[in-house]
Amino acid sequence: MATPDQLKTNTPPLLRVTGLKRYFDVSEPFLNRLLEGKSRLILKAVIGIDFKINRGQTFALVGESGCGKSTVANLVVGLYQPTAGKIEFDGIDVASLTSRAQMALLRRRMAMIFQDPYASLNPRWRVDAIVSEPIRAFGLLKGTQAISQRTGELLTQVGLSPADGAKYPHEFSGGQRQRISIARALASEPDFIVCDEPTSALDVSVQAQILNLMKGLQKKFDLSYLFISHDLAVVRHMANSVGVMYLGQLCEVAPVDAIFDSPLHPYTRLLLDTIPDVELTGRSSQPVTGEIPNPIDPPSGCAFHPRCPESTDKCRREGPELTTLDSGVQVACHAISASSEK
Amino acid sequence: MPEPLLKIEHLGIEFHTRRGTLVAVDDISFDVLPGEVFGIVGESGAGKSLTGQAIIGLLEPPGRIGAGRIFLNDQRIDQLPYHQMRRIRGKKIGMIFQDPLTSLNPLYTVGKQLVETILTHSEMTPNQAHQHTIALLDEVGIPAAEKRIGHYPHQFSGGMRQRVVIALALCVSPSLIIADEPTTALDVSIQAQIIALLKGLCKEHDTAVILITHDMGVIAEISDRVAVMYAGRLVEVGEVRDIVKNPKHPYSQGLMGSIPSLHHKSEELIQIEGTMPGLMEIPPGCAFHPRCPHAFDRCRQRRPGLIDTKPSKVACWLFENEDRSGNT
Repeated sequence: MATPDQLKTNTPPLLRVTGLKRYFDVSEPFLNRLLEGKSRLILKAVIGIDFKINRGQTFALVGESGCGKSTVANLVVGLYQPTAGKIEFDGIDVASLTSRAQMALLRRRMAMIFQDPYASLNPRWRVDAIVSEPIRAFGLLKGTQAISQRTGELLTQVGLSPADGAKYPHEFSGGQRQRISIARALASEPDFIVCDEPTSALDVSVQAQILNLMKGLQKKFDLSYLFISHDLAVVRHMANSVGVMYLGQLCEVAPVDAIFDSPLHPYTRLLLDTIPDVELTGRSSQPVTGEIPNPIDPPSGCAFHPRCPESTDKCRREGPELTTLDSGVQVACHAISASSEK
Repeated sequence: MPEPLLKIEHLGIEFHTRRGTLVAVDDISFDVLPGEVFGIVGESGAGKSLTGQAIIGLLEPPGRIGAGRIFLNDQRIDQLPYHQMRRIRGKKIGMIFQDPLTSLNPLYTVGKQLVETILTHSEMTPNQAHQHTIALLDEVGIPAAEKRIGHYPHQFSGGMRQRVVIALALCVSPSLIIADEPTTALDVSIQAQIIALLKGLCKEHDTAVILITHDMGVIAEISDRVAVMYAGRLVEVGEVRDIVKNPKHPYSQGLMGSIPSLHHKSEELIQIEGTMPGLMEIPPGCAFHPRCPHAFDRCRQRRPGLIDTKPSKVACWLFENEDRSGNT
């Protein structure tokens, strides 16, 4: 079953992730295990997820802290090696690239914007050095004249002035620093940018400026975004399609309007219910009971069953698979796949 | 109209530095009624946390109250000596901080911290205090309270820790709680639980709350009245419904417009150009005028006071005529 997005264009997705897994070994050191008789501890941060991102589109991953969304971001750009699974960028299997030169070609086309604009910029570098680093690293331009001209151009694109290049990061406010991060991400002319909570450290009015800027740039340069966020309102504003994550698994993947107007998975519904109602629509909100389980010791069966109001015996025994419904929405829930089969 | 519980008159908070005196909170006045939830909203650096700290007497030097008066139940509390203020703090005014991990002592069990607070401020015997602690933990929704009382803060999750902090603030039934960003460090689903808990408990105990946050959603969810702060000044005060649905001050309008909506999708968010000025460079006249789309000459020269536009009060020259016509 093809999703509506696929029907529109025949081009293959820019990024396709299949069966992606990442486990972390968090066991005690070998000697301690031997002497104290402890077993290995494996933290399953990402347990087999599939998604794809079409050109010029934004795919958002939402979920609460500890659900593995940032791990996915790091896997996609290659900061972590996957335990299993395949990442295909523009039809090329990333794992098949072995030489540095091949990797560099691919890396140039991907960039990342981090959450904390205070930590992601080197405080000892001037802004023009920070922004031009990708240009120099990939050897895109030769000569200081050309590089500084391009740096000025990039700073102008993100709403700063070329003269700001001579300053240090501490001379800028949080929003301006995030603009510098964006300029750096744009420097290598990528077609895909991973944004890991790009606005969660910012005030709302500054967040609005950054989100507008990112949307404008997306249109201008035909960028694709993988947008990681825990803020559903921001996701609704930015994304074309959304994946909801819970404890390392995707529980619902759908176009953005479907997620917000007709959420299917109980977790998505509860997540939407918990958002404070800024518009005073007078809807009754029911807080989710319970807390996110420890990913080292996840519940049996469906990971969400201890907090789910509709859980049955089957949910306790076996985990549901992500299944595609007729509408194109993918959801992992026994209750929903049972009712759609009828 | 009931007598206000807390009255703040022309409060100013200043910092003496080598480069001159910085005015972080400039001439703000508001009342908090008994049992109401009063929200203070603004961006970082607007002076909202300082206002909270000034009320409870925890301003860190070199910050100090430079002007104005604070009354709690008609008793002036901003000039009290240290030991007298200590008796009010905890007993009459409780405090909930943003980060529950740093507001609990990691070396004592949560039970010990609660019992100690109760014994300091009330006449209970240690045994009664112990029983009261268990009842409190139970009330804030901590399962198996008798067992949890002996646990250390690190054995609780973030949401549970914030529940303990709420129990700590409530333990001697203060008439006012200052909650400074109580849910900012928490996940949305836990935030919803804590908001619901705080709302319920305060209604039950008839405690007034000053809720300081940057999150308009949290304010809309539980506040009765709201004050919007900008660059150390109040720009708008009113009922939460009026401010959320019909903000009058251009800054409040921008602030509300910049929040992405869940219910309808817009292509572009309303954005306020520029950033909030630093304390060294607050412009003359209205602090918001360089960013304001409606600014005129007067805004650049004179600072507007709070003008009663019914139902809310707005500090903006645009509403001056409206006020005059309303009075005559």
